[in-house]
Amino acid sequence: MYVAVKGGERAIDNAHRLLAHARRGERAVPEISLEQISEQLSLGVDRVMVEGSLYDRELAALAIKQARGDLIEAIFLLRAFRATLPRFGATLPLDTGAMAVRRRISSTFKDIPGGQILGPTFDYTHRLLDPALAENSDPELPATAAPSDAPMPRVTDILGRDGLIEGSPAADDDAIVGDLTRDPLSFPADRDLRLQNLARGDEGFLLSLAYSSQRGYGRNHPFAGEIRFGEVELEFFAEDAGFAVPLGPIALTETQMVNQFKGSATEAPCFTRGYGLAFGQSERKAMAMALVDRALRARELGEEAEAPAQDEEFVMSHSDNVQATGFVEHLKLPHYVDFQSELGLLRRLRQDFEDKAADAPLKEAAE
Amino acid sequence: MTTVAELPAGFADKVTAAQSTFRAVMDAMARPGRICKVAAALPAPAPLMPAVAAIALTLFDHDTPIWLDAAVVRHREVGQWLKFHCSAPVVEEASVASFALVADPARMPALDCFALGSNDYPDRSTTLILQVASLTDGAPLELSGPGIRGTTALAATVSADLIAQLALNRELFPRGVDLVLVAGDEVVALPRSTRITAKGG
Amino acid sequence: MNAPTYNFAYLDEGTKRMIRRAILKAIAIPGYQVPFASREMPMPYGWGTGGVQVTAAILGPQDVLKVIDQGSDDTTNAISIRKFFAKTAGVATTTRTEEASVIQTRHRIPEAPLHAGQVLVYQVPIPEPLRYLEPRETETRRMHALGEYGLMHVKLYEDIAKFGHIATAYAYPVKVAGRYVMDPSPTPKFDNPKMNDCEALQLFGAGREKRIYAIPPYTQVVSLDFEDHPFTRYRQDAPCALCGAEDSYLDEIVTDDQGSRMFVCSDTDYCETRQRDGHLGSESAPNKEHGHG
Repeated sequence: MYVAVKGGERAIDNAHRLLAHARRGERAVPEISLEQISEQLSLGVDRVMVEGSLYDRELAALAIKQARGDLIEAIFLLRAFRATLPRFGATLPLDTGAMAVRRRISSTFKDIPGGQILGPTFDYTHRLLDPALAENSDPELPATAAPSDAPMPRVTDILGRDGLIEGSPAADDDAIVGDLTRDPLSFPADRDLRLQNLARGDEGFLLSLAYSSQRGYGRNHPFAGEIRFGEVELEFFAEDAGFAVPLGPIALTETQMVNQFKGSATEAPCFTRGYGLAFGQSERKAMAMALVDRALRARELGEEAEAPAQDEEFVMSHSDNVQATGFVEHLKLPHYVDFQSELGLLRRLRQDFEDKAADAPLKEAAE
Repeated sequence: MTTVAELPAGFADKVTAAQSTFRAVMDAMARPGRICKVAAALPAPAPLMPAVAAIALTLFDHDTPIWLDAAVVRHREVGQWLKFHCSAPVVEEASVASFALVADPARMPALDCFALGSNDYPDRSTTLILQVASLTDGAPLELSGPGIRGTTALAATVSADLIAQLALNRELFPRGVDLVLVAGDEVVALPRSTRITAKGG
Repeated sequence: MNAPTYNFAYLDEGTKRMIRRAILKAIAIPGYQVPFASREMPMPYGWGTGGVQVTAAILGPQDVLKVIDQGSDDTTNAISIRKFFAKTAGVATTTRTEEASVIQTRHRIPEAPLHAGQVLVYQVPIPEPLRYLEPRETETRRMHALGEYGLMHVKLYEDIAKFGHIATAYAYPVKVAGRYVMDPSPTPKFDNPKMNDCEALQLFGAGREKRIYAIPPYTQVVSLDFEDHPFTRYRQDAPCALCGAEDSYLDEIVTDDQGSRMFVCSDTDYCETRQRDGHLGSESAPNKEHGHG
């Protein structure tokens, strides 16, 4: 006698109850607060905001807590919430030149107007595990100085004055800002959509692609023209009011890569740009983005596009970790119907093969 | 000039009215020639018929440029009503319209003035919403194609010229326009996949 | 904190409008994959987000919803999606095929013939039938535009040359209304003939790949084949052990570690209906609803 398995609904409910229990962990240990996540795991929060495409530290912290620290799961949670939000319009273009800079470095000049500012960075730390952090660390307060009001022009603007680097594309106030979350993507895609795709793209995927371009798969000889991190004021033009309304500052990391010069019969040689921008302090992401952005400009700049990092359709179709994780993990779903269809076919093919093998000696004997 | 407050209202229950209107249009599109009733049809500024108003509230928004024929444009209130309830941009160029509202089919431009889509993207085409006098009192037509078991009859009041144009439209498949005929609170769809012949002709 | 609130059937009205427009285009151009701005759903891509968005866009309070995965109403994913709509739309749900007005499915078409009042919504992972032959969207789009399907015929022919059969057991490509080659989603090819001249409207949603397509009722759907190698259905050569059905698609159940196996209907509603009607199989367990075998 056989009775089909039932009770899937209860199994699901119980599994989710167990998940909540596992998430909480040992109950004798104090529960982690959203403030703790936001303040002390802040780079994780930044990454979730960038790839979740939603600037909200509190919700990102909640997502990280709910996801038990699985950042891709947290990104997914934030994206699903974002999809339900009404869209009012696009903000005015950000002026990163007016950034309240907390960190700013250039590898292309020894000194730059406004100076090199290391800021809070892992750079030059020796990666030795620090037992002092294991509990109740009480770090020294940071060194302070009076804020500088020296202008901090972008390095690419300095190069631009002499025409040594290609111009930034001129702003077109009437152009509609593309949004791949609102319109289905088609190829070839314009740079606005490519940059949006990269900004939302998985940091690890972009990092590997960027790395591959440095190792010769679509090499474009980059220099880190400038990496800056700080706060920028956000403004929204309200149709009703007729003027721009300040929405407050957001923290951003901007990377401008300066890449190998090119020229043609009609154009003097000049450096080219790769651009990266990410919420919070997300340097690895912004740098990888800038390298891949430049690689994806191959077609536009008349370069051979043969490496994976230069292949727009390949990069854009596989950069999104919410899509990728969903499809990879969907293999966990039952597939027994199609599997058995395949099993039936395989058995038949094997039978054919064996029949043929059995026939062969007879045939030989007959000949 | 009409103020916003004086414009006829939209759906009382947006969610369910839009859903039932969509299902009527979907049913019509899936079964060409079948007359489907739009239960949520509502009074709208003249000359829009009640079902047309319901369809507009269901399918139009800021992403769908709308083209209006002269008989509709004459009534400025319609444009205001569409802008207020749907936020839909009204365009003068028929070839970029997602939807076209035609109150006077006798004087409408040729079908190839509208967006026909491309072979790559045949979906980038205009859906024409035609107000007709009747869906049952016209000359008998015979329809066949996807959505129709064998053939079906339709007797909407459409001109012989339009039938001839629709035959050409069918030849363009998968490019082409799709038509929704409306009389009062009833609709019939003629998607580009439908073959139409005058009965006995 | 911004506490989330959700609309009827989860999607906001703007998203529903966008999906509804895509569905109308899909019906007007049978078998053509209409791009749509698929939203991020609260379930993973690849787990039915396309089907869920299509269902959410068509569903109304008067509907009766059935959700199946692998033919069964009781698989975990089917339960999860059914609960989602019961919660967000408050619609009535059923496991009875004939009672449902909307059926969302993954990998199967019900055995009972569908009727004119029904809509069958398929969850589709890879909507492009040419994708495994040509990974580039720009290329496959051109092939569809030209109706140039030689690549697919070459692939099927190579199968025959190599194996003596067309080696595709599921997601077997079809031609719709004589124009577009279409992926039927990973249903076993046993189900292909049910798509042809079907009374119900069939809608296909691929969320991750952002495509919607459709087969209107009474539309010709032909499985690709060759004159000397005609399309054949495949079914395990056994009656259902529970209801004795000889015409249904069967699941193979491994019953021990000695290679013993039995076969039961994959369509659980079909099987249960037959059992209620008095049909019995070799392993029937009358009057028992729950338990483990």
